[in-house]
This record gives sequence, C-alpha cells and structure tokens, in this order.
Amino acid sequence: MTYEHHDYDVLIIGAGGAGLRAAIEAKQRGLKVGIVTKSLLGKAHTVMAEGGMAAAMGNVYPEDNWMVHFRDTMRGGKYLNNNRMAELHAKESPARVLELEQWGALFDRTKDGKILQRDFGGHRYARLAHVGDRTGLELIRTLQQKVVSMGTDVFMECKILKLVHDANGKVAGCVAYRRPTGEFVTFGAKAVILATGGAGKSWKFTSNSWEGTGDGHAMALWAGAKLIDMECIQFHPTGMVWPLSVRGLLVTEGVRGDGGVLRNSEGKRFMFNYVAPMFRDETAESEEEADKWYDDHTAGRRPPELLPRDEVARAINAEVKAGRGTPHGGVYLDIATRRSPEFIRRRLPSMYHQFMELAGVDITTEAMEIGPTCHYIMGGVQVVADTAATAAPGLFAAGEVAGGMHGANRLGGNSLSDLVVFGKRAGAGAAEYIEAGDLAGPMNQDEIDAAIAEALAPFERESGENPYDIQRDLQEMMQANVGIIRTQSELDDAKVQLENFTERVKNIKVKGGRAYNPGWNLATDLPAMITVCKAVTIGASLRKESRGGHTREDFPSADPEFGKFNFAHSTNGGDWDSEIVTEESPLLPMPDELKALLEEAK
Amino acid sequence: MAEVTMRVWRGDANGGDFENYTVAQNEGEVVLDVIHRIQATEAPDLACRWNCKAGKCGSCAAEVNGKPRLMCMTRLDTLPEGPVTVTPMKTFPIIRDLVTDVSFNFAQAEKVPALLPPPMPENGYVMFQEDVQRGQEFRKCIECFMCQDVCHVIRDHEGNKQHYAGPRFFIRYAELEMHPLDTNDRRDLIREEMGLGYCNITKCCTEVCPEHIKITDNAIIPLKERVVDAHYDPVAWLGRKIRRKTKRSASDATVQPAP
Repeated sequence: MTYEHHDYDVLIIGAGGAGLRAAIEAKQRGLKVGIVTKSLLGKAHTVMAEGGMAAAMGNVYPEDNWMVHFRDTMRGGKYLNNNRMAELHAKESPARVLELEQWGALFDRTKDGKILQRDFGGHRYARLAHVGDRTGLELIRTLQQKVVSMGTDVFMECKILKLVHDANGKVAGCVAYRRPTGEFVTFGAKAVILATGGAGKSWKFTSNSWEGTGDGHAMALWAGAKLIDMECIQFHPTGMVWPLSVRGLLVTEGVRGDGGVLRNSEGKRFMFNYVAPMFRDETAESEEEADKWYDDHTAGRRPPELLPRDEVARAINAEVKAGRGTPHGGVYLDIATRRSPEFIRRRLPSMYHQFMELAGVDITTEAMEIGPTCHYIMGGVQVVADTAATAAPGLFAAGEVAGGMHGANRLGGNSLSDLVVFGKRAGAGAAEYIEAGDLAGPMNQDEIDAAIAEALAPFERESGENPYDIQRDLQEMMQANVGIIRTQSELDDAKVQLENFTERVKNIKVKGGRAYNPGWNLATDLPAMITVCKAVTIGASLRKESRGGHTREDFPSADPEFGKFNFAHSTNGGDWDSEIVTEESPLLPMPDELKALLEEAK
Repeated sequence: MAEVTMRVWRGDANGGDFENYTVAQNEGEVVLDVIHRIQATEAPDLACRWNCKAGKCGSCAAEVNGKPRLMCMTRLDTLPEGPVTVTPMKTFPIIRDLVTDVSFNFAQAEKVPALLPPPMPENGYVMFQEDVQRGQEFRKCIECFMCQDVCHVIRDHEGNKQHYAGPRFFIRYAELEMHPLDTNDRRDLIREEMGLGYCNITKCCTEVCPEHIKITDNAIIPLKERVVDAHYDPVAWLGRKIRRKTKRSASDATVQPAP
C-alpha cells in the first residue's frame, strides 16, 4: 500500500490551547513543526472554555501571588497533585497570560487599564483573566492566529490511529488517516507531543464534543507511557439539564463567581449545609456574610457556592437524591434575583444567548435548571513536570491529556492556564530532547501495517454491529456504573462489561466508503474510548476512599494512606486490548518551602 | 412521539440528490439532534461537521430550508411545519453530504499581516475597556463562515474568490486596524488585494451572523472609510511618498508602554 508521508522535527497531535502553544515554542526554537487535528483549526475543545484563565497577577487583589495560587490548587486537588507542576503553573501563568496580549488577545479591563480578573470556585482571590464568558475562544483564536502567522503546517481533519516506534522502542512517528478522503498518511518525527485533550465522550451526560474520546491517553498507554489518576473525573456542577437535547451542556462557573447562587425546590440556598471541614474556616456561615464578600473579600468569607467543583457537584447530587430537585432532575442556579439584567447580559452574554435560544429561558428574569455533567479528566499521562516528557522516549504530553497537575480535582480557570504553561514547556522539552541527540530511527513498518489493517477491518466484515450502538451503550454503562458516585459492585460489573465492549468492537461493520464517513471515524475512536474507560474503572475500583473527583459510596471519606500515591497504569503489549497493569506510584516528595506554604496559609 | 421528515442532500463532488429520512423528534430538539439520530440509525455514513453543539465553535453551519444556519442552534419548533431541507453551504466545494471544503478561508487567514505591537512593558500593556471593546465585538467571531457563504460576491461568482477576502476577513482586518496596540498598516493590501470595494453593503452577512456582530456597520463601512481616506487624501498620499510608510508608526499607536 502506498500513502502520503511527512517528516517533522516535532509533530504535535491536537490543536487546542496546549498543542498550539507547544507549536509556537518549538517554532521559535527554529524547529520544523507539524500540527495534526481531528477537526478544523480553531474548533478544538478549548473554544468551549468560558470563565477564564487563572493567573495570580494581582490586578484586582494585590494580595494575590503565586504562593496563594499554589496553595489553592493543591487544596482543590486534595493534595494528590504533582506539586512541581502546581508550583510551575502558579509561577508561570501570569507571564503566559500577558504574552497573549502581544499576539492580539483583548481581555476585559480594570478601571486602570489592566487585565480584569474574576472570582471562581476554590480561588482565594479574583484571579481569572477573561473576556466575558468566551475566554476559551479568545485563547484559541489568539494562538491560532499566531501559529498561522508563523507559517506552521497544519493537517486538519486528520485522525491519528497509533504512535509508531523505531526498532529500539523509541517513539518515531505515527500513522493516521485524512477524514475527507479516508486516505492513510504517516508522520515521522524526532519528538511527538500529545495535546489531545480529554475523554468525557464516554459518559452519557457530558460537556465534551465528539472529539473527547481519549485518543491521546490511549495512544500513550499503548506506546509505553503511564497513565495516572484516571479515576479522578470532574463532574462540573452546572450543566444544563433541560431540554434533553442539551443535557450536559456547560453553564460557566462565572455565573456563581458573578453572584449567582444555588437553590433547591424549596428555594433554599442549600450549599451552607455542605461545607466540608477543610473549607469551614474560609467559608461564610450565613447569606448575609456571603453576600458582603462579592464586593469586598475582606468584609466576609467566601460563599459556599464557590467551593471547589467536586464539593458543589456532590451537594447538588445529594439534594436531588433527597427529593429537593427541579422537575427535570437538577437544582436552580439563580442570578436573576441577584444582579441586574444589564449586568448579566454584559458579564455572561453567551450564557444569556444559550439559555434563550436552546431552552427558551431568560436568565435575567428566571432561574436556570442545572445539574452535574462530565467535564474534565484530571487523570492522564504521567509526565516530568519541567519538560512534559513521558515514560516513552520521544513522547511528550501537555494539557488535559497530561496527568498530575490538578490532582484529584481541578479548580475552574486552572485549565486554560495549564494549557499555555505546559504547552510551552512541552515545546521546549521536545526541543531540548532533539538537541541532546540520541533520536529514534525509522518507523517500524510492521506497526504501521498492523494499524492500517485494524482500521480497515470494519469494512471487510460480512456483517457486524453499528458503531453508534456500541458508543451509546458504553456511554450509558459508564454513566450508570462509573459516574459521580461509585460503589464496588457497580465497578466490578463495569469491568466485566468493558470486556464485552472490547469483543463488540472487534465485530464492528461499517457501511459506506472511507471518504468523510463518521461511522468509520467512530469505529476508529472506540478502541481508545474503551481503553480509557478500563483505566478509569480499574483506578476507581482500587481507590477505596473518596477524594476529589472520585467519590465512593462505600468509602465516603478520604483515607490518608491513599493520599500518598497515584495509581499508575501501563500495558505489556502494544495491542489496544492488551491487559492493563496497575501499580502504586508514590507522590513526588514535596520540598519544605512548598510544605510551609500549605501550612501557614490554612 | 412526534416525527419529522428531513430532506438531506447526499452526494459528493460528482453530484448527488436529496434523501428523505423520517425520524423521531423530541421536545426542544435542534436540527443537529435529528441529523445525529439519522447517523446513529439509518445512515452512519452521513457526513456532517460538528463539535461543541452549543453555538460556540461554528463547525455545523449548513443551509436549513435554504438559509445558512448553525444546525446546533436551530430548534425544530421554530421552523415551519413540514419537511426540513438541509443542504451544504453553497459557496464552498462539496466534500461529502453536508461537509464542504472551507480551505478558502484558511488560505485567506494566511494572508493577514499579523498584529505588530510595541514592545511589552514589564507589567503588561495598559489598555482601557473603551479601547478594547470595538475589537472584542469582532473577536466574538466563531468562524462558522456563514457570512462568507451568504456573500453574493463569492456565492454567485466563483472567480471573485481570487481577489476577495469576504466579510469574515473584513472584520479581522477591521479588528487589527482598530486594535489599540497595532502599528502595522494593511490599507493598501485591503484595497488592492482583498477586494473591499466589491462589497456593496447589502448586509446579508450581518443578517446571518450567529454572534450578532454588526459586520457591515461596525467593520466594513469604517474600513472602507479608512482605506479611501488613505488612498485619496492628498496629504496622506504625499506623506506615504516621502516616508514609504502609509499610516502609523509605533509612536502613533493609541497605547504606549508605561514609562
């Protein structure tokens, strides 16, 4: 078989914030860079981020600094974080935000002309640089325009099937197909950076687009890297619940940051009943105290609506379970009675638009119905904090696909800043790796041939299953068995079912040709989806405690013993259905000066 | 349960035809929901682009009953009774079914001279809300390319694509021209190569913009004024001859580095 081939110094898989920022860094270091994306340029999931990017610039509260941001991130992550990543992120995000303005970004401003910062859950000070509620669009467009102006090769609508090694097991490139034509293409690269985002599409109610199938997580595992913290999945507290057609669609945390509150069917602000001991000292005890805080953070303590996302999602879940939910099974998010219509339309224009057009709800006069939605995976490829290098030589990872930065739970606003901080570091890490020499040889032809044969198999079967049926069943199973609240029997059942899904994938029949065939595209996504679901389920089953984005009904509290390590997954074979091996990977020891920050600022 | 009949154009560059699908329709659903239902049941190979399903990414633009729309933001209960016709955007070459080749737009993006700001002061630029607001309107663009699709300059005259950037890029040029930090000058380029003069202000682009950007009034008309001033104003013309620099230098930028 003949196919198109390209060679690059650095090949970047994924064109969201992390991939584009990595490309800029590698280009600036004089390397030949190629970017591959499953969609068109500028459509990656980054575009959906709404509220802002967290950076301790101190523009609104001069008291803010990297040390407070570090502490907030670690507490939000329930101390499961890679502390070096959290440190680098807190220190470097202000510079990453500022440089965006050199490339054309236009953030909202303070009265004295600096970048305005807004409040978000878990952040002690107003810290999120933003543009209304469309910050992700601003970020991706700015990076996209910068990358285009630098003359970078971008392969759009191109899906990577597998990473390919050289004869010695180094990552040497990858094999892909172009969606418009279905033709195969191979990329040879001295270094490959994974920036493929998340995996939320395997749950029924999700804010993720079709792209969030965990390709990068799975490909890294297959290629010899390790995945950590896969059981830690963020269910964002506020997704739309009605109409069913938009169930799961994100409602920005900015609504709460800007004064919105959560109420149950009795009209009560129930979050006051759900303040965990570790947050009691810094959370308001009454509505009066909480309401003073919005204008002056020294006049009262934080409203409980702005606790970290895992806390709020669990509380909403509990209220609905107790029979105090809305007609469509959510709770109310009310900003209409608390802020003027002009304020709401100016601060939250796309939320206004989204509810008006899709639900027929005017958020300036009515409350929104919301409930938790699968939003983000804290788990991901284990990396070296400073260089983004993975355990597979030649492979780097940044952004949502990388694990460790956010621990067991990510704070809102820490994702956009994560993308640019570690995107840049991955670009630099890859460049230094290339400079050091000792690079991979040619790609192993057997691996290429096997990946292509596997991709084409669904066309060749006489009969078989529709991939959409498998995807739907997988989403329902994961939602039911490995959702926001987990228990051993359901997880054990999920493990058995995932083996059945594995067999079903081997019996897919695809109709039609290879050119722009979504059924076939889905068939090639399913092995990654199932691989990721397996790692999530194994981690969830082993972690017999509740921590951050992992809640066990049968083990409702955190266990300090489990706070000492991450579960790390690897596989022995290169096949997509090879058995996953899991081990305890001790947390990075924390230097004393960082420990002191956590203790003094309790 | 309610049902809806969808007339969906199916085919590729070699031609095609409409196919009818009658599928279930639930309360509150949008066109993209029923397109997905068709994919999941009768036609898994039905090609359509989509990503966010929330009106934020601009991937799912198509023509619904003959008008450019985002399929994810078009509720079925807002359309007239009867079959719903869905066709690909007409201005761009067909790839398959509802998917078109929009590479024209990415080629235009490559031609845009980048922002050229003065060096950044240590603590960042100082800009005021009033100064950034004009550009922020244009930066709401989600690149659905429906304004390009509806613009008759290229919709009806394929040959014009050689020398016409289209409304999406006129707002991009307007954004850069009005950017408080920019010191680059694109006015000759806009007039001579981007074909701003072809636009005769029929406002079709403004009408279809899902972000409600006032493309014609706030971008194209002010841009036309700037370009014309630069070209026909004798003082500016003389200055250009002498300095070989059309508009501004770094020292003319609205925003200056803090001392």
